[in-house]
Amino acid sequence: MTIASEVKQCMASLKGVEASLSSLALRTQDDESKRTLHETMMIVHEVVEDIKKRVGELEREETQYKGF
Amino acid sequence: MPNWLDVVIRSILFMIILFLITKWLGKKQISQLSFFEYVNGITIGSIGAEVVTGLEQKISLGIIAIITCAAIPFLAGLLSLKSKGFRGFIEGKGSIFIKDGKIMEDNLKKERYSTDELLELLRKKNVFQVSDVEFAVLEPTGDLSVLLKKENQPLTAKDLNMSVATVKEPQTVIMDGKILDEPLTTIGRSRRWLITELEKLGVTIDNVFLGQVNSYGELTVDLYDDKLKVPSPQERPLILATMKKCQADLESFALGTENKEAKELYRKNSEKLQKAIDKVSPILRN
Repeated sequence: MTIASEVKQCMASLKGVEASLSSLALRTQDDESKRTLHETMMIVHEVVEDIKKRVGELEREETQYKGF
Repeated sequence: MPNWLDVVIRSILFMIILFLITKWLGKKQISQLSFFEYVNGITIGSIGAEVVTGLEQKISLGIIAIITCAAIPFLAGLLSLKSKGFRGFIEGKGSIFIKDGKIMEDNLKKERYSTDELLELLRKKNVFQVSDVEFAVLEPTGDLSVLLKKENQPLTAKDLNMSVATVKEPQTVIMDGKILDEPLTTIGRSRRWLITELEKLGVTIDNVFLGQVNSYGELTVDLYDDKLKVPSPQERPLILATMKKCQADLESFALGTENKEAKELYRKNSEKLQKAIDKVSPILRN
């Protein structure tokens, strides 16, 4: 597996985490836990955005591997 | 009317009256917090018994006596809500038995409690060594309330400086194989959601003896058939594990790349993720 595909996989996992955290935040009854979960989701979202940038760079470098 | 029939009718009548009176007086009468209520309970009961078996007594007089006896603690309760002094007189005050780790012998004598009785009361609170106690007070109800010395108190999360997730009370949504609608609406769920969750667990509603939804909206069930194994909710630990894996991945990417900019980006984000994990792990850990 190339590095690009590994990074992409990591990004996909993080996107999954983001979605799970978001749905968990919606379901949680306790307000404080809800807020913590939401904040964590925002941080994960920022990380995903950063990695997305890197994925773009990697795609340009490794022309044989183009994903989405 | 034969005597036995009279007794039966009186018994039923006074049972109903006593039930209604006790309901009116409320939970305080049942818990008998003050010796006033204790005495009153005995009196009302005795009047009831007297009128039920003593056929020469008039039923109407018995009812009047009971209502009068019930009205007194009711009024006393209203008054004692207003005045602290009256409350102290009616309900009594606690006496301090142990202070600063030392037994107050004078107070023991005043309440006519022997050392054995004090030890017995302490043992009821799971205290076998008097030197473990910082403070103990005999409540007006006759219970002993015990404050242990700090080093003998159970360890709490606060003592350990541990952050724990705050939770709300769980709701019981299935009882004896029947869905309870009121708790379901309290947590904002529908019957359809519950049925979907049950399908996910692979059980039918008839097989569920008890089902509860916790603070995180996860359903846990107990089945009639104890041989069946039900999976416990795994979503939260799974999220935490994925986050940890991604954080480790980012760290290894940072080590693997030679591009300085990319290295910095990976490092920064892995730190960010680590901080997020630290913050959220009390919630996601089971």
